[in-house]
Amino acid sequence: MSNLLLKALFRCPVTTDAPPVSEQALAELAVNVDSEARRVLGRSLSIREVDAGSCNGCELEIHALNNAVYDLERFGVKFVASPRHADVLLVTGPVCKNMRVALERTYAATPSPKWVVAVGDCACNGGVFADSRACVGAVSKVLDVDLHIPGCPPSPDMMLRGLMALLSKYAKNPSASAR
Amino acid sequence: MENLSLLERLSTGKAAPEHRPWPRFEVTKKTWEELAAGLGDHIDMMGLWADKTHIHMALFEPSSGAFAVASLAVEDNKYPSISRRHPPAMRLERTIRDLFVHEPSGLPDTRPWLDHGNLIETDRPLKPYRFLPAEGRGVHEIPVGPVHAGIIEPGHFRFTVNGETVVRLEQRLGYVHKGIEKLLEGKDVESGAKLCARVSGDSTVAYSIAYARAVEAALSIKPPARADWLRALMAELERLANHFGDIGAVCNDASFALLHAYAGILREDVLRAANACFGHRLMMDRVTPGGVVSDLSDEGKGVLYRLISSLAERFDEIADAYDNTASLKDRTWGTGILPPDLARQYAAGGVIGRASKRSFDSRKSLPYPPYDQLEFSVPTVNAGDVNARIWIRLQEVKQSLSLVRQILDAVPRGDFRRDLPKRFAGEREGMGVVEGFRGDILVWLRLAEDGRLIRCHPRDPSWFQWPLLEAVVKDNIVADFPLCNKSFNCSYSGHDL
Repeated sequence: MSNLLLKALFRCPVTTDAPPVSEQALAELAVNVDSEARRVLGRSLSIREVDAGSCNGCELEIHALNNAVYDLERFGVKFVASPRHADVLLVTGPVCKNMRVALERTYAATPSPKWVVAVGDCACNGGVFADSRACVGAVSKVLDVDLHIPGCPPSPDMMLRGLMALLSKYAKNPSASAR
Repeated sequence: MENLSLLERLSTGKAAPEHRPWPRFEVTKKTWEELAAGLGDHIDMMGLWADKTHIHMALFEPSSGAFAVASLAVEDNKYPSISRRHPPAMRLERTIRDLFVHEPSGLPDTRPWLDHGNLIETDRPLKPYRFLPAEGRGVHEIPVGPVHAGIIEPGHFRFTVNGETVVRLEQRLGYVHKGIEKLLEGKDVESGAKLCARVSGDSTVAYSIAYARAVEAALSIKPPARADWLRALMAELERLANHFGDIGAVCNDASFALLHAYAGILREDVLRAANACFGHRLMMDRVTPGGVVSDLSDEGKGVLYRLISSLAERFDEIADAYDNTASLKDRTWGTGILPPDLARQYAAGGVIGRASKRSFDSRKSLPYPPYDQLEFSVPTVNAGDVNARIWIRLQEVKQSLSLVRQILDAVPRGDFRRDLPKRFAGEREGMGVVEGFRGDILVWLRLAEDGRLIRCHPRDPSWFQWPLLEAVVKDNIVADFPLCNKSFNCSYSGHDL
């Protein structure tokens, strides 16, 4: 293992230099966090992920945001273990009826100001499960949603861009959009 | 009488005319009960599902390699319970009761399972769910979930503990019940494929192959040879990505973040290569009945050759680091032991079974192309602890790397997709069993003359693994639960349907 550590010392980071479009987006996210959003969030954004019935595809890609390649935490954005520590709820899935109460309670447990991001086609519009009688459908039928990130599942890149958009949205007018 | 083989016993019943590739027999109550008595001993129960009129049970006989389905007609909404004699059937029977309102006579546990009071299928007044009691001095309960601390799927765990030691774990699942089986009814083959690809997103390739094979079996057609090989290629990439994820996740739960970080990079490399070659990171909707959606270019082949060379080199370092870190091994060694007899009784598939002496692997036991033309081994150990489950994953990564190379070397040229017949005479039934990273995935379906699905049942390997997690955690400390859980990595979505 010492070999592994030694190599790591001399190796370049694997963290992505984002592709052309999103490089700008990532830089913008970093800038926003540094200047505007600092007043509201003290340079950090805490996210609580809630799976409201996803097939777990979205979770896999949300996980990927935390890997060394996308390294979400370099932007001050991190996932937290409790809704009580969160600013943002990242909700996936077509809101199964069996998960509705848990989702509502998680939202209630999140302190204001708070934002809701619907991640994936299912959370945005019910996806392939839209017609199911066991599902409520889009997250917006249960909670007010501030941002939709479509995709089945959305790539980590798309999620990064989405989170950046959220930051820029409330950074301009912090109190108006928050609940 | 006692020495009858599975097929001899079943063939007393009436064979279903259009069921492929394995036979299905309509059996009498007497045979049904005899079969139930032999389950977990010389016959493995591979699935249990219902339609409006029948209960179906998929059976595998390890000694002969025979595989078949036994069907029993439901009388007055009742049939003799299997779980009365064979506990692994319990949750499946509770589900059949919830979704089809067939009453298993003698069912030992009559609490609802997927029904949380929101099901349309039942109109049952729902009593508050009662967890199994545990009493004694100093015993207390820890409720966990459905919303967990990590980025994982929802489910409820009720721990009863004494000090640090878990006395009992009881799972309450069904939170992500999406009504998939109901949705599948009446769908055309293509829409059905979309749904089956989303039963459990981490196994999307394996599910799509199982579904495609079931459709193809029902229609008695074969996809072009190149499609079989490209499917296997995607399946092995999926296995690699998930095993990397799981190996890293177990290490992370032992607070060994270094290997988690390294394994995460390998996983990301696989997903990026998959995206470059097949146009989707998880390769969702790339397999379709009749073949695969897009071809692999020569350029893509080059990407994959480079991928496996670079993975092989870096993976050895990770395997070495795991093997030589005593503080990490201290957490995994002897933790969460699954005894081989339980693995056998539950017909536990995948890594979980193979870490506890059960050598079943659909790629070998119920071989399908191109695996019958490839060289690989199915590593098995007896220890059954968290370490054994990691060790099996490490070995399977090596096997998969070799399989990917063999496939790239020998993938035949030609068509990669064929058309399906739009109409055919009479109802058809088909079945597919495919080895996903988690274990054997079974898809059974019945097609109407116009090509619509009358009934489709996808069975996740997790059905026979979740209950074992309850057994494994007992007498371990609470802090070791995450290790046990991650080393199992059962699917919530695949189970809750």
